[in-house]
Formats: sequence, structure tokens, C-alpha cells
Amino acid sequence: MTIAFGNPDRPNSYIGRSVPRPNAGKLVAGAGRYVDDVVLPRMVHVAFLRSPHARAKIEAIDISPALEVPGVIRVFTGADIAAACTPWVAVLAHLKGLKSAPQHAVAVEHATWVGEPVAAVVADSRAAAEDGLAAIEASFAPLPVVVDMRTALDAETPLIHPELGDNLTFQRLHEKGEIDAVFASAHMVVEARFKTGRHTGVCLEPRSILADYSRSEGQLTVHHSTQAPHMMQTVFARHLDLPEAKVRVICGDVGGSYGIKVHVYPDEVATAAIAKIMGRPVKFIADRLESFSTDIHARDHEIDGRIAVDENGRILALDIDDLTGIGPYSVYPRTSAIEGNQVVNLCGGPYDFQTYRARTTVVLQNKTPTCQYRAVGHPIATAVTEGLVDMAAEAIGLDPIEIRRRNLVADDAYPYTSAANMRFEGLSHHASLDKLIAMIDYDALRADQAEARKRGVHRGIGIASFIELTNPSPFMYGIGGARISAQDGCTVRMDPDGSVVAMSGVTEQGQGTEGMLAQIVAEGVGVPVSKVRIITGDTQTTPYGGGTWASRGAGIGGEAALQAGLALRENILVVAASMLQAAPDALDIADGRIVDKATGEARMPLEELGRIVYFRGDTLARDLPRELVVTRHYITSEYPFAFTNGVQASYLEVDVDTGFVKLLKHWCVEDCGRVINPMLVDEQIRGGIVQGIGGALYEECVYDGEGQLLNANMADYLVPMAAEMPDMIIGHVETPTRESLLGAKGAGEAGTAGAPAAIMNAINDALRPLGARVTQMPFTPERILTALGTIQH
Amino acid sequence: MTAPFAQSTEINLKVNGERVRRTVDARRHLIDFLRLDLGLTGSHAGCEQGVCGACTVRVDGVILRGCLTLAVQLDGADVWTIEGVTETGELADLQDEFVARNALQCGFCTPGMLLAAADLLETGETPDRAHIREHISGNYCRCTGYEAIVDAIEATAAKRCGVPVPALKEAAE
Repeated sequence: MTIAFGNPDRPNSYIGRSVPRPNAGKLVAGAGRYVDDVVLPRMVHVAFLRSPHARAKIEAIDISPALEVPGVIRVFTGADIAAACTPWVAVLAHLKGLKSAPQHAVAVEHATWVGEPVAAVVADSRAAAEDGLAAIEASFAPLPVVVDMRTALDAETPLIHPELGDNLTFQRLHEKGEIDAVFASAHMVVEARFKTGRHTGVCLEPRSILADYSRSEGQLTVHHSTQAPHMMQTVFARHLDLPEAKVRVICGDVGGSYGIKVHVYPDEVATAAIAKIMGRPVKFIADRLESFSTDIHARDHEIDGRIAVDENGRILALDIDDLTGIGPYSVYPRTSAIEGNQVVNLCGGPYDFQTYRARTTVVLQNKTPTCQYRAVGHPIATAVTEGLVDMAAEAIGLDPIEIRRRNLVADDAYPYTSAANMRFEGLSHHASLDKLIAMIDYDALRADQAEARKRGVHRGIGIASFIELTNPSPFMYGIGGARISAQDGCTVRMDPDGSVVAMSGVTEQGQGTEGMLAQIVAEGVGVPVSKVRIITGDTQTTPYGGGTWASRGAGIGGEAALQAGLALRENILVVAASMLQAAPDALDIADGRIVDKATGEARMPLEELGRIVYFRGDTLARDLPRELVVTRHYITSEYPFAFTNGVQASYLEVDVDTGFVKLLKHWCVEDCGRVINPMLVDEQIRGGIVQGIGGALYEECVYDGEGQLLNANMADYLVPMAAEMPDMIIGHVETPTRESLLGAKGAGEAGTAGAPAAIMNAINDALRPLGARVTQMPFTPERILTALGTIQH
Repeated sequence: MTAPFAQSTEINLKVNGERVRRTVDARRHLIDFLRLDLGLTGSHAGCEQGVCGACTVRVDGVILRGCLTLAVQLDGADVWTIEGVTETGELADLQDEFVARNALQCGFCTPGMLLAAADLLETGETPDRAHIREHISGNYCRCTGYEAIVDAIEATAAKRCGVPVPALKEAAE
């Protein structure tokens, strides 16, 4: 089966069109159904007492005063929860040497970060539960804390988990080529230290869970704001001692996730445990303080980087030393070593060179645990790579565009294996750069910059090429032993009225997953999009799958939906051919009708076929197959990941008196393979860019020396607001993956992957005449003024 | 522990055009009153400290934060939420424009964003993009990057005033 994707006039040509999402209408009406909107009979609410210390021994917790508080029903300590819920250790076998300590849903003896749950109060309202928290008398013996990742491995630093032997959770060294010799003989070596700020996702809908346990049925039903319902089904079953078949996870509307809601959180597992203990529905909705102190953080990295170039600006080698602090535990089940591992995998990714050394060192700290957040590792690797490339260009007097032209992997060089041993099926760095230069009108922008400088206005242009990892195979988690599906499936069904229902294992958190699936199924079967209903987010009804993360929804879930849709079309045509006494291959389905393939003449509406199959099957030949339900699965197999590529540009203005950065405009050219819905892809990229801008300019979890998070609220932790954001121009190059018929790769990480590097390079381009440079994100006014020497830090 | 301060008070008000009489705790916030007592779950609690704007509702003709307002303050008030303005159809053009331009992703901020935008559109003018961005700066969106929201508001204002409407965005192929 082939599809003439290049012909927009083909029948049912929904793939490639900007069709509005079918589920947007309810959301603008305020009729979405998020977990906190779900109310069940006999439902109670749980709130958690959280450690006020970054590291402490829990000496005593007296719950009796809390039990006297009106509305309070029951109080649980760590030991109470541990009796019903086993602890977990987040390691993966393929990340050699990765170690972590057993983590309890509610801390039993020691608290290891500010915000870790230490007791739980169940009451008839959230407010009453919080009244109960205030009445608990808990005593802690504070212990010396580990906050600075630079000293986490020093001999005199205390051990967070003495049984582990040290505070080192993971280290990986990748070496390719004679790195020391290349650096020793290189024409030019440039080096710098980069820091990316620890930040977090700030989903507007906080983490939310409503767990209900039926003792009579032995059934746990969990309404959960999550990206991975089947993974959570497995986790609840395993740690609450239930058969997987007796756990159902339902995921309705999700108010933003960005990777935050793909992890196992202790308070959420505790909520499910309490539901099982009490045999009734228990709801936990994190408040904003809890979100800041217990949602995973990310990007807490310091990187020393060196680049060696020859006299023509050709990159000879890259040497990267990455250090990251991940909090007191590796996060279950994906682990907290992946981000550092990605830095090793992705640095230098766009460029053609083969001498490379990269090390990541992952250490424990008494801060909020970190784990995978949108574009895992990409913004770090891209900032380091693109920062070094710009510095090398400056050192040898090359234009930033020119050095990239000389070093980006040629568009005809694929398949290509990078210095980090990443395998690329097909990328388009040069075509993307050409397109970007045309879009931004590079020469005019440089002229505007020069003219502004004459007026004492400091503007800068920043370019950042990048690669993006999407469509992960089992090489990401499965081979390490995690029960996280890389395969995904779709069941497509035609009902008697000729409408089509599709159930998919990938999930919707606002990206437009359901819209994308509806378009694909509509084209695959041959019906209008309005005739397709999509069901996601229910482990009881959808095929087992991985959910939506690592930009896998379109590339993997979409391909399964396409194959299922095409298979249903074939099955329908078998019935139609029998009814119409025609050959199946002489017929087709277009716009919800059986048509003559050659002429397009309508032969029969699908409703008529549905009526006959479902209600008058007696009139069909006895042995005629009439399977109007089809399931297909898809898994990538030729490449471990489908890499994509792109390039971004930022034009901005630095106020050298105040240190403020004003974003003037932003561009991105991106190649995600086949574009299914241009509008949805562009909006993914725009949203991703703004999250990247957040990390570059505003967002940082600020800790003091005692491990206290100082800005755990939305007023002090800054996120991008409408007034500061630029308009963004998006362009595409399409290099479909040949692994699938659909040809789609992912698009969710691209914006976030490249924006911080583009912003950094633009700021440094603006500051260059003043001899200043910044490499520590976020680039706050204070850091820019410090770089300018205006203030002493 | 001291005795709870909370005392309940009866309030009479109009919500989405309907008369409502309830006895509420003194500490009950408007957003919780709407969501928990009236089942109007379209307005959302995002930060509970008046920053994110997800709880924006209209009270006596002005938009305010449902998380910074106590229900007991609202005796005699006229409250409108996303459910009410959807029912009357007064924002239908703006809502359609949000859908057409994908000016929402997860939808959690959207009801508050729509009411904030409606407040600006009520002036009957065609605000420029900077003005629109400024006006919605009290409403956080983590998904869209804001541009499509600005586009949708700009287009709705233009249509209401009968001036040329900015085109739907197409990728710069």
C-alpha cells in the first residue's frame, strides 16, 4: 500500500493539512474533564506532611492531635504506607553502574529533600486535610546537607545513602579517536564552562490523581494526569501487590505535561496505596508549592567544553565534561541518568567530525529529584556545542553561518554515524540552514544590527543548529529492564452508521495527538475526519502502548493508526466487493462512500454496508469475512531512534545599562519528516521555543546552602509571559523516515532543544563589541551586568 | 490547636444568570465555591496566589482572580464563568477563533485566557499586538508560546470592527 503524499488532490487527503483539533471545542467551552473535575461517591482527600529539612532523621511523628481535627478521617505514617506499598529502586541495566537507594512512597526513617512526604492526612476535604497536617507533631533531627554538586564526591561530604558507598550515582565516558593528540596539534582550541539552570515544568494543571479501590472486585481504578497510563498500570500493580489485570488507569484531559507527568511520584503512589487500604476513592491534587518542590526538576548541569578546529574552521574534535546533580534518588522507572547520558549522545551532533570525548558524572544532592523534562539533554548539548562553535568562529574570524556551512554533516552523507555513535537515517542540516538564512534575510539583519550599533543599541543574532531524538525504540528503556512499551497499537472499528472509532495507546496532553490520529485514520479508512472518534488514555480499552513522550505520538502511534486504518479499508472493501459483485481492487473508499476506483463514481455509502453487516449478515455469503475491527501495532526496528534536525535564529537587543534582554524575533526551520498537520507542528515548535526561552532567560530553581528552595511560587519563579515573547516564524524541510509508510518523526522537542543556544549566541553577539560573554543560564540582568563588569558578583 | 476561625455565612448571588443561595465557610475562595459547591469546573486553580490567571472570572462586569476572592465577599454579586458566557454565546466568535488557530493546547489556561481577552475586546477597539500581549500578561500559558492566542484575539477584534483580518498562519514553506 502506498499513499501519494505529494498529491494534495488525492482522495481523503487529510495527512498534511491543518485540520483543527476535534477536542479543542470542549476545552474552549470550559468543558474539559481534568482529574480534579472528577468527583466520586465517598471520595476523600489526602494531603501530605512534607519534610521541612533537606536532610534529617525522622525522630517522631505524633499523629494523635491530627485525628482530633474536624473532618480528618485517618492519618498514615511512612511505616503505615510501607506495609501496603513496596519501595522502588530506579536503575536500568544498560546504564552500567547506575545505582540508587530504595525509595518509599512516604519516607520512613530519613527525609532527603525539602518536600519529601513524611506523613499523610486523609479528610473529607482538602482544607480539612491541611488542618490535620498543621496539627501533626513531627520532630526531625537535621543532618548535614549535600547541595553543591561540585563537592558532592569530596571525601568530607556526607553520604546521602551510606549503603551506596558514595554520592556518585552514574558515570559514563565515551571516547572516539586520538583526542589528546588532536587537541595538542590543533590550529586553534577554544574552551568554556557552561551552566544550565535547574528548572522545572510548571504545568498549569498540577499533578493530579484520584484512586479508587473496590475490595469486592479487587480492582484499582486510577484517574491520573499522566503521559503513560500503561506504565503506571504496571507500577501500581507491582508495588501495591495487585495483578496488572486488576489495575485500570484512566487518563482524561491533562493540563500540560512536558515530561513532568511521565514519572512515578511518591505521593501519587501513596494515594493509590491509601485507596487500597481504605477501599474508597482518594484524591490528591498537588498545590503550587508542592509542584515546585516535588515535580521533577531538570537541567542542573555544569559543563566544561573544548573544541579544536583547523585553520579553515573545520571541527577536529570536541571534549565535553558534564556534571549534574539529580537530587537524592534516581527517579523511577526511567532513572535520572538519562539526561547526562543524552548530553554525551548529543553534543556535536550536527557536525561532521569523529574525534570525541564526553563524560557525564551524575551525583546525588539533597534537592528535589531531577528527571526527564521536555527535550531531555538537548538544550544542554545544543548550548554547549553551539556556544563552542560560535566561539571558535570568533577566534578564527569566521562568520557564524560560514563555520556551520563548513562543518554540518552534508545532506547527501546519510546514513551517517556521529562521533557519539548515534545513527542518522537522513537529515537536512544544509537545506534547513539555507532556508533559515532566506527567511531571516541574514544580510539585512546584519545591516540592521550595524545601524543600531551606531545609535548605541546592542542587538545580536544567534544561530543554533541541532539534532532531536524522537521515536525511541526499546533501546531507550526496554533493554534496561523497564516495563515501558516502545511499541504502540491502534484498534480501528467501523460502526453500523459508517462512523469510525479508533483506540490508541498514545495519549493526549494538548499536543493534538487525538487530532493527528483522527486525520490519519480518516485518510487510512477513507472517511471524513468528522466521522472519526478517537479514544485514548484508558488501559482497559486501548491497545497496550507507551503513551506520549520523547516525541513518539505521531511517528509510532500515528503509523499504527495508519496501518490499522488501511487494514480496515481493505476489510470493508472485501465486504463491499461481495455486495456489489465487483473485484475488491476495483473499489475504493472516499469521503465515507464505496466508490469505483477508476472513475470515483459513488457506489454505496458506508452506512449501508454497516447496516447489512451488523443487522442483515444473513444476506452475505456465509464464508465472507466481515471483520470491521482491526488492530495494528508498530515499533521502530532499523534505527534505535529517529533523529530529526533543525536550526533556529534569535534576534534580540541587550540593554547594557539594565542587563535586560528584549527578544525581537525568533525563527526555526525544522525537519520532522512527514508533517501530518502543519498548524499543530508549528504550534508545538512555538510552544517549545518559549519553554526554551524560559530556561535561557528566566527559569531557575534557586536553593540556599541548606537545601531550601527559595522561589517555590509563581511570583518568584519566573516563566515566560505574553508581553516578553517574540513572534516566531516557522519553516520546514521534510525528510520522511523510510522506516514507516507515514514517514513521520517527532516535533515536540525541537523548539526547546535549540532556543536556549540561539538566545545565548545572540546575547553574546550583542555583547561582543563590549568584550563580554555569558555562558550561565538563565541569562538574568544580574549575570549580564556582571559579564559587562557593571556590577561585581 | 485554637478553634477554627471559620464561620459559615449565607450568601445570595447570581452565577451565570441564575440565582444561587449557599452557606459557605468564611475561608472558602471563589474558585473553590464555583468548582466544589456549584460544580462549575471550567475555571481552574493554577497557582492559588493570583499570578497565573487560570481562575479568572467576571464579577460585576470586571475580571478578577477566583483564588484571591472569598465567596463571602460576593453576596449580591453577579458572577460569570466560562460556562455562562459559552451558554449565552457572547464569546462564540473568540472561541471559534481559538479553535481555528489552535490557540490552545492543554486547555487548562484557556477559560481564564478567554475571559481576560473578552475584557479587552469589550472596548470595541482593535488593539495592536503589543497591547494584546500586555493585556494577557496576567494569564500564563505553558503550551502555546502565546503567539496563536495573540493572533486569535487580534483576528476577533478585527472581525468585530469590520477591518481586514490577519490570515491564518501557514508555515513558511
